[in-house]
Amino acid sequence: MCLFIPAIIRGLSLPVSFSLHSELLPTLITYLEAIREALAKALNDDPRVYIYGQDVGFFGGAFKATKGLSQRFPGRVIDSPISEDAMVGSAIGASIQGMRPIIEMQFADFSTVGFNQIVNQAATMFWRTGVACPITIRLPCGGTSGSGPFHSQSLEGIYSQYPGLVVLTPATVEDAYSMLLAAVECDDPVIFCEHKYLYYHLKADGLPNEALPIGKARITRAGRDATVVTYSAMLHECLAAAEELAGEGWEIEVIDLRSVKPLDTDTVLASVARTGRVLAVGEAWPWGGVTAEVLARIASEGFNLLDAPPMRLNAKDTPVPFHPNLWGTHRPTAKTIADALRSLLRL
Amino acid sequence: MLPTTPVPHPTSKASDFSETFRRAYRWMLLARLAEEKMASLYRAGKITGGVFLGKGQEAISVATGIALRDGDVFAPLIRDQAGRLAFGESLLDFTLTYMGARSGPMRGRDGNVHRGRPREGMLPMISHLGAMVSVVNGILMANRFQGRLGSVGAASLGEGATSTGAFHEALNQAAVEKLPLILVITNNQYSYSTPNSRQFACADLVDKAAGYGVSGHTVDGTDLADCLKLIGNAVECARAGGGPQLVIATSLRLVGHGEHDDSHYVSAHLREMPLGRDCLTVAESRILSESWADKVTLDSWHRDSLHQIEEAVAYSTREAAPDPAQEDWCAYSSRQLSEG
Repeated sequence: MCLFIPAIIRGLSLPVSFSLHSELLPTLITYLEAIREALAKALNDDPRVYIYGQDVGFFGGAFKATKGLSQRFPGRVIDSPISEDAMVGSAIGASIQGMRPIIEMQFADFSTVGFNQIVNQAATMFWRTGVACPITIRLPCGGTSGSGPFHSQSLEGIYSQYPGLVVLTPATVEDAYSMLLAAVECDDPVIFCEHKYLYYHLKADGLPNEALPIGKARITRAGRDATVVTYSAMLHECLAAAEELAGEGWEIEVIDLRSVKPLDTDTVLASVARTGRVLAVGEAWPWGGVTAEVLARIASEGFNLLDAPPMRLNAKDTPVPFHPNLWGTHRPTAKTIADALRSLLRL
Repeated sequence: MLPTTPVPHPTSKASDFSETFRRAYRWMLLARLAEEKMASLYRAGKITGGVFLGKGQEAISVATGIALRDGDVFAPLIRDQAGRLAFGESLLDFTLTYMGARSGPMRGRDGNVHRGRPREGMLPMISHLGAMVSVVNGILMANRFQGRLGSVGAASLGEGATSTGAFHEALNQAAVEKLPLILVITNNQYSYSTPNSRQFACADLVDKAAGYGVSGHTVDGTDLADCLKLIGNAVECARAGGGPQLVIATSLRLVGHGEHDDSHYVSAHLREMPLGRDCLTVAESRILSESWADKVTLDSWHRDSLHQIEEAVAYSTREAAPDPAQEDWCAYSSRQLSEG
């Protein structure tokens, strides 16, 4: 499988929310560094943890998420053959035997080669046998400019469809760190969707000392006129859209789901009860998936709370395109989200 | 409760080959008769789902199960009743699971050949062929992490599974990691209805061993003595650090893929060939010709097996079926994550 060169995304123009820390300060930590720090902490604190994936050893991984870890933790950060099925299968076996494997898929897209082991073996193990399967599978997911159809996919919806899997989609540096640690501690198989677009650009002042539990959403921006429910990199597009609409006098509430399975329906419904209008935004494809699930729950459990039909905005129903001109239009952006919100507010 | 080990373990030394042979034969006999009983229950409409028999493969299966010991791991496939018993699975796990009893190891959540007890080294196969091999690899990797040396893992497959990507990935992974894996391929000439000519094009499946850089062995799967010796050696080789062992056993499936299948497609010519021999009959002849037991003793083993099977079936028939109202509909070990 070909290697994608992550440096290509560095030249992108970014939503307003990213530019807060555009002056690189030495104390700032990126989303990717937070993941690396969480991996190091997990390896350091728990002898059951090991990392297994393609190029993760001496090389430090395609995105450098494991840079330096094989030297710091000899024998516990292991290069695998290009065998996604066997990578996941072996992690399942090791977890039965008391280990806490962390599998790095080079790209989320390649996890489909290991799909059978994930959805049929890992996801069913506890239900069938009563024996837990605590594995963490890291999926570098989502689109970046120039990555094309096979290095850009968002697969949280398809994994969430399967019983027994926990699916996490951190949108912030702090969540990338604390939720990865929570994933490793979790006794069930976790699909950890880390967004490649956020790896280098998203920065925070430091690592958090405390965290929301898995399954709790966060109201990132409070508002009263409409609710936007989103997750992962789309959070930042939605925040930029909310900022734009604030200039027009609208107060948009933005909810970061953080975890798409389990899904925090209570927080979503409570917000919709306040605003009466909702837009669900996801980078994944439009047929089914997380945004459809969010709207289905609102429609069935909170129909009477709505002042307007619930809306959703997803990527187009085509493979993810290669060229930046096409890619920038394929997925929702701050502009298309703002437009959708204007429609929703007019209804 | 019935005893969990239906055939008494031998009192004499395991190094006594005739004793090992007799013990293996008794597991084969018990497996054959138990499966025949299950087939008759199936025909009587008493079994939910399919019934899959290992007739013709008991020798290679029992040789695998009997070569393993406590701390080893076994990933059986659908024709491994004999190996399961020899490895330590109780007859009750077999009957309770086929009958869907709530008290069985799968509690009605999964059935028939999908039973297992992962914590005791008996892996519950999923239906996707080849998928259990890398799970065994992972257990062996964990053993190495944890300093548990000297344990091995065995996985059973049919020749059809060698066509899967999972087989390839897992055997290559085991080779790269130099794991103590014994991969036993029983070439029974048909994958469901597909003959070998439509399954692979190599002259002999054992030639694959060189491609993966692992040891390869072939054995006549109808000959219990050969199976016991060859698998025993392969297991010891793996245990001693010799890396993965690929074993190709040749046999013929003497039944349909499942009891729903009349196997009309099996060539009459193959049935007449030596590989079409019934390994149980061959083993019985060997016992009599070597005077390792007389006919009266064989008859008593037969009666004893039938008695155990009747007891297990009677017990399992009385056990309650799963109750959807009582079922714990939660697929998570972390209960707080359930949205149920």
